[in-house]
Amino acid sequence: MNSRLPQMTYAAVIAGVFAFPALAQAQITEYQQDQWLHTAAITSHVGNVTGDGSGAEERYRRYCQVCHGKMGDGNGESAQWFEPPLYPKPRDFTLGVFKCRSTPTGTLPTDEDLYNTIGRGMDRSNMPPWNTFSEQTRADLVAWIKHYSPRWQTEKAGPPIEIPAEPEVTAERVKAGQEVYSRVQCWKCHGVTGNANGPSASTLTDDPGHPILPYNFHEGRPKCGNSDTELYKIFMTGLDGTPMPSFSDNIKPDEAWDLVFFLRTLQSYPSKAKEIAEQLHLKPLNPDGSLPK
Amino acid sequence: MRMWAQSLLCRKVRLVPSFGAALALVFLILASSQPAHAIPAFARKYGLRCSACHESWPMLNFFGQKFKDNGYQLMNDRDSPIWQNPSYWPATMRMTPIWHRVSTNRNQVDVYTGDTVTGTTEAKITSSGFDLSGLDFHTAGTLEKNFSFYLLPSSDPTGAFHFESVFARVDNIGNNPWLNVKFGKFELDNLLSEKRILTLTANGGIYQLYHFIPAGDNNIFGQIGDNQLGAEWMGHSANDRTRISAALLSSNDGSVLLPYGSESYSAFFAASQAFDFGKLGVSRFGGYAMVGEAPTQWLTNGGSGAPIPGSGTGNKGYHREGFVGQIYFGEHADVTVVTQHGWDSAWFGQGYGDFVDNPTATCANSTGFPAPCNNLPGTSLAPGSRAPTWNGVLVEPHYVVNPQWILLTRYETIRMSQQSTPGTPSDLGNVTTYTLGTRINPFMNNRAGFAYHAEYNWFHQDGTSPVTGSNLTSSELLFGFDFDF
Repeated sequence: MNSRLPQMTYAAVIAGVFAFPALAQAQITEYQQDQWLHTAAITSHVGNVTGDGSGAEERYRRYCQVCHGKMGDGNGESAQWFEPPLYPKPRDFTLGVFKCRSTPTGTLPTDEDLYNTIGRGMDRSNMPPWNTFSEQTRADLVAWIKHYSPRWQTEKAGPPIEIPAEPEVTAERVKAGQEVYSRVQCWKCHGVTGNANGPSASTLTDDPGHPILPYNFHEGRPKCGNSDTELYKIFMTGLDGTPMPSFSDNIKPDEAWDLVFFLRTLQSYPSKAKEIAEQLHLKPLNPDGSLPK
Repeated sequence: MRMWAQSLLCRKVRLVPSFGAALALVFLILASSQPAHAIPAFARKYGLRCSACHESWPMLNFFGQKFKDNGYQLMNDRDSPIWQNPSYWPATMRMTPIWHRVSTNRNQVDVYTGDTVTGTTEAKITSSGFDLSGLDFHTAGTLEKNFSFYLLPSSDPTGAFHFESVFARVDNIGNNPWLNVKFGKFELDNLLSEKRILTLTANGGIYQLYHFIPAGDNNIFGQIGDNQLGAEWMGHSANDRTRISAALLSSNDGSVLLPYGSESYSAFFAASQAFDFGKLGVSRFGGYAMVGEAPTQWLTNGGSGAPIPGSGTGNKGYHREGFVGQIYFGEHADVTVVTQHGWDSAWFGQGYGDFVDNPTATCANSTGFPAPCNNLPGTSLAPGSRAPTWNGVLVEPHYVVNPQWILLTRYETIRMSQQSTPGTPSDLGNVTTYTLGTRINPFMNNRAGFAYHAEYNWFHQDGTSPVTGSNLTSSELLFGFDFDF
């Protein structure tokens, strides 16, 4: 036993030698933030507006810090009371991973993506739509948010995905969308009727390991927007940090539009696709996810 | 940047003890019991800091205004109380221990103290001491998604309670933000909310413009700063940049049990539009109008001439209207401007109106002999009686040093443009008042509010001293610990 002690000590020291730099790299310090903030990169560009991170600290403190934390790590004073899955934990900006993007999975979002998220809020979370802010304030906050993660120093935002023009919704497209919903197994999480009760629903966790609920198409709005284009983006870019993957490798753009139209039939809102589904007497998928006969 | 923020923090830390020392040296004050709205219960519900909704509590910022306009909802599909822990209780209490020094230059006093024969004269009275504000016990929030309520029992400093505000509201009818209906007793849709005023002194803790009544006038029904009983429709755009509202009100100044007119109503309208001025921020411009009728004629009982509450007829008209601007100059500075033009029927100008509360008052009429202020059949006004009119303006600049510290000042002036009785000095009743103040919030969290409050108000009114009709001047210095939880 005693003879092994020096070996264990050496192993611990070696592990520490490697672990400390790794930890230090992961640990964002205020000093680093200040350094980054003073680089030219910590600006944002949304339309004609240039956001300046250095002008947003007090606004961040006033509006955002209580959830996202002073260090942007999602550990604000309120975060402890958010109990997933009903109340998702605040975003950890230090990771540079964001759900709502127009860019491919794994890439950084564009400034406009972040800008839109601030204005739209996140439904079914404590993130309200901050759409009373001026454009400048939102752009400044985008720049401030970016300064929390070193990813913005070394990476550029991904290129926005190409979204073909939206086709006309037809009965064939609605039915084709249901086929896509079955084939790529959306139902496993979202359920065959879109009620978020698929066989995998109860097992889902986000990247930090918190339980997470799939979207229930019968309640509320999708987190990243409810327009047809935004729905399209959600499954073609995925919601990074969550179990919702990008399906850009699995479905073609035209099929993605079909899926958008089918998803409209699941929602409680009136839509043309829903009218068509009612005219078709479209049946839900079978319990095993297969298409109805 | 960070160093700058830290230095601010240090400055704040040094300020707090110096303020405490000032408190010890100078004492603390109180203010009037003007109920004010700041609801940590909302912050607790949503996990947001007070500063998210308040420029400096209780004054709302535009986000807070939108939250209010949405029926105390963030619109995140978690607004219904079913999403809250069952133990959550949306209640908030606010009270302010104060020290104040009040000085009024002309008070009516006996010429010789205790001697009732030699008559009265005027004397300056100055008093100071520790005191309390009234208590506001707010409970408000959502009953269900798109159904909200507000209940505010409020007391004066002695603990005598009344219902300051009670209403239920149906929000976003048909998922349409332009359809919101409120019913009950509520604050009028004043862009510059007196219920969220940042000041606490007796004269500085209200907006004079919202309560002005010309000298000799007895129309209490047009006070747009008082909560009123009625129903309100309100609509707004999704981002609240455009707001519009109309309310139908009983002309009773918010008093319950229908004490005045048998059928007297008023209406209040407000509309505004906010614009994004880039780096200057979002500024809002709008207007308001209150148009109404109130009684001048009363049934009496028992030959005493005492009016019967609720029997008032003989409605006469009045209106007030003006513009409002909330203008921001970047992150730290803003100014609010409110104007008002007021008009009362000549009947009110001659003292008719609130006869119920002043049954022994007498008014001039065409006979030349003063008579009870009851517009009985056959009564006509004294020759030459005119409708009193006035104009006023309120300017309130703020400097937000940081989210925890605000400096403010206010200038208000009201000038009579026409007196009701010919020959009356043209400046009789004119008001001028200045207020200076600061509020420092030593902490900023999502549970409670606390502010070190310091304020000075100077008030001047022409020709209204009680004996000689000289100019009346008063001042008040106030320090307080303003808290709510």
